Amino acid sequence: MSPAEPAGTTAPHGTVERLTGLVAALRDHGFGIGTGETVDAGHALEAVGFTDRERVREALAATLLHGERQRPVFDRVFDLYFPLGGGNDGDDGGRPALDGTAADLAELRERLAAALAADDGAALAQLAAEAVGGFGGYGSGPETDGWSSHQTLSRLRPETLLARVREARRSEEPEFADRLLDEEIRRRIEAFRERVRTEARQRVAERQGRDRVARRAVAGTADGVDFLLAGRAQLDELRRTVRPLARKLATRLAARRRRAARGEIDLRRTLRRSLSTGGVPVRPVLRRRRPGRPELVLLCDVSGSVAGFAQFTMLLVQALHDQFSRVRVFAFVNRVDEVTGLIARGAADPAGLGDRILAEAELTGRHGQSDYGTALGEFADRYAEAVGPRTVLFVLGDARTNRADPNLAALKRVADRARRVHWLNPEQPSLWGTGDSEAPAYAEIVDMRPCRNARQLGALIGRLLPV
Amino acid sequence: MTTGFFSSVDDVAERLATTGYLASRAVATTVFLADRLGKPLLVEGPAGVGKTELAKAVTEVTGARLVRLQCYEGVDESRALYEWNHAKQLLRITAGRGESWDETRTDIFSEEFLLARPLLTAIRSEEPTVLLVDETDKADIEVEGLLLEVLSDFQVTVPELGTIAATRRPFVVLTSNASRELSEALRRRCLFLHIGFPEEELERRIVTRKVPGLDAALAASVVRVVGALRAMDLRKAPSVSETIDWARTLLALGADRLDEGVVRDSLGVLLKHQEDIVRAAAKLDLDAV
Repeated sequence: MSPAEPAGTTAPHGTVERLTGLVAALRDHGFGIGTGETVDAGHALEAVGFTDRERVREALAATLLHGERQRPVFDRVFDLYFPLGGGNDGDDGGRPALDGTAADLAELRERLAAALAADDGAALAQLAAEAVGGFGGYGSGPETDGWSSHQTLSRLRPETLLARVREARRSEEPEFADRLLDEEIRRRIEAFRERVRTEARQRVAERQGRDRVARRAVAGTADGVDFLLAGRAQLDELRRTVRPLARKLATRLAARRRRAARGEIDLRRTLRRSLSTGGVPVRPVLRRRRPGRPELVLLCDVSGSVAGFAQFTMLLVQALHDQFSRVRVFAFVNRVDEVTGLIARGAADPAGLGDRILAEAELTGRHGQSDYGTALGEFADRYAEAVGPRTVLFVLGDARTNRADPNLAALKRVADRARRVHWLNPEQPSLWGTGDSEAPAYAEIVDMRPCRNARQLGALIGRLLPV
Repeated sequence: MTTGFFSSVDDVAERLATTGYLASRAVATTVFLADRLGKPLLVEGPAGVGKTELAKAVTEVTGARLVRLQCYEGVDESRALYEWNHAKQLLRITAGRGESWDETRTDIFSEEFLLARPLLTAIRSEEPTVLLVDETDKADIEVEGLLLEVLSDFQVTVPELGTIAATRRPFVVLTSNASRELSEALRRRCLFLHIGFPEEELERRIVTRKVPGLDAALAASVVRVVGALRAMDLRKAPSVSETIDWARTLLALGADRLDEGVVRDSLGVLLKHQEDIVRAAAKLDLDAV
């Protein structure tokens, strides 16, 4: 068989185009997929056949993916290129199409509650199709109309069915596991919402072309999400990546440490020794490394706009704490307070960390806006002992001072005491200096780098952390 | 070139089930593809979901021979690939004192003095073979380089002997806990399979299969509780092996249904960190532990 026709003769029409389109869309999402793997995917499709859609999905996942983190994006793109039922309009099944009246809505909610209670996958898929068909359409012209999952969900409001579903399930004999029921139903409802989103994306894709929707409407992997734009769900997802990321960084640090331990040539001692061999440096002397791990200090702006970024970094540093002799974390809005203890205890409940920091630490004075100048001044005065010649200080924040004095002298004082200072700014460099941002002024004193998503943060931390 | 163990995806699922390994759709499909395309299978997933078990089950149903390379930090060429038997070579040199050097040299670098380690053993094997490279992520990055030649071309180069190519392609399974990111080069050569926690229905079947004496309703409750624990943000979520352990514990305790006391007393079987236990107890409305 030639690689040009990997799908063979039994494949439905256009499979090769679908496959290459899927691969192109995945590449646009940053997946490294080579031609060899695409050919493998074709062979795989030929081997499993086209009778079972889920097998097709698994076959493509096995050949095209390199890690589990890519899976959610892959699933969404796959749904667009290999839609259920060969891409028809969905509302079949012998029922008349819904036209969006209140009676239809009530009837649909009734059936949805029953399907959720029975956890009937096929019925839920059917209902998602009907719901989008009946309540998700907007516009009337050929250019302006479309399908909206948001509109469908806000009219259908599946989350309000919780009580009804619970009633339907409760009729059986009560048992211990029933206290989990609410959580289970919530998870089912969330799964249904995702089905609706998939369905809407599919319909839009039929209208506007798959390639365009696959690139625009499918969110990327969590580690590529901009910290400043991330929603709550995305921050939760990010938080789950802290531990694996920390483990990875720890191995990287250990490797750097091993390499560094081999040392550089100590020129003075090599020359001294060469005297005994007539000035010829026969045996080079390597510089001995001082043992002992460096100290790390984190100074984070935790005010509203950059809180997600700060929390993620704090958790990451906490997870890495055994790599350093000491880790101290300070938080500020317009006053500084030490939160090291809060974070160490907070490892068990990372989701509530932000609220606890705001509740238990003294971070605000007369007003609630961030003020870098005052905070830096207070840090330099009150916590001067925290920064010494072995300390590496990371400052986290967008450097937006709300027009207050940036207090460059205080940062200068801290930078002079510390071994190194890095400033991680969650804004893109083109925004530095716009509005009330004092980033360029601070960047002249310390090394400032943009750090917009978890991927960048991981790379920066791996490179900048001292060994 | 295929290994030719299986005829279809259903065949994989059915035959694996006879050994007691209940495969999900993803597992069955990917194992079938690995067999059909003759590519190594890289299996990732949390501890205790049956990654190594999968290799063993495939070995069992195909009647193949299992060659296992257990990776650890510091595993090297002489442990993974081959080694010359120096002691025997010295004896040979001493024994043939009268010979010329050329004769001795060609003789001591022959098959007889070669100690085959797992990778070479699997390549040279004439019978059907399953090669299991366990915990690949524990090995140093250099060992990955070693694996590349073996996994892409199924051959091993011994400088003194030349290249030894596989006469029969082994079925290769690599497992990893993702404690280190494996290199792209290695991933490219493999089919990727992530085994996560199984779906409720499948896990129920696994539990009933592994713990035959367990009441069906109790098994269902057990799986539901474990599912809820996994949804919590725990340090170490309970895995399938822990579910089975818990089911066995409940059977041994003689519990015929779950209640607060039983769950509280046996939560330690499922969760391995004190903070997790405290957290789960709070969420499940158990009294103070």
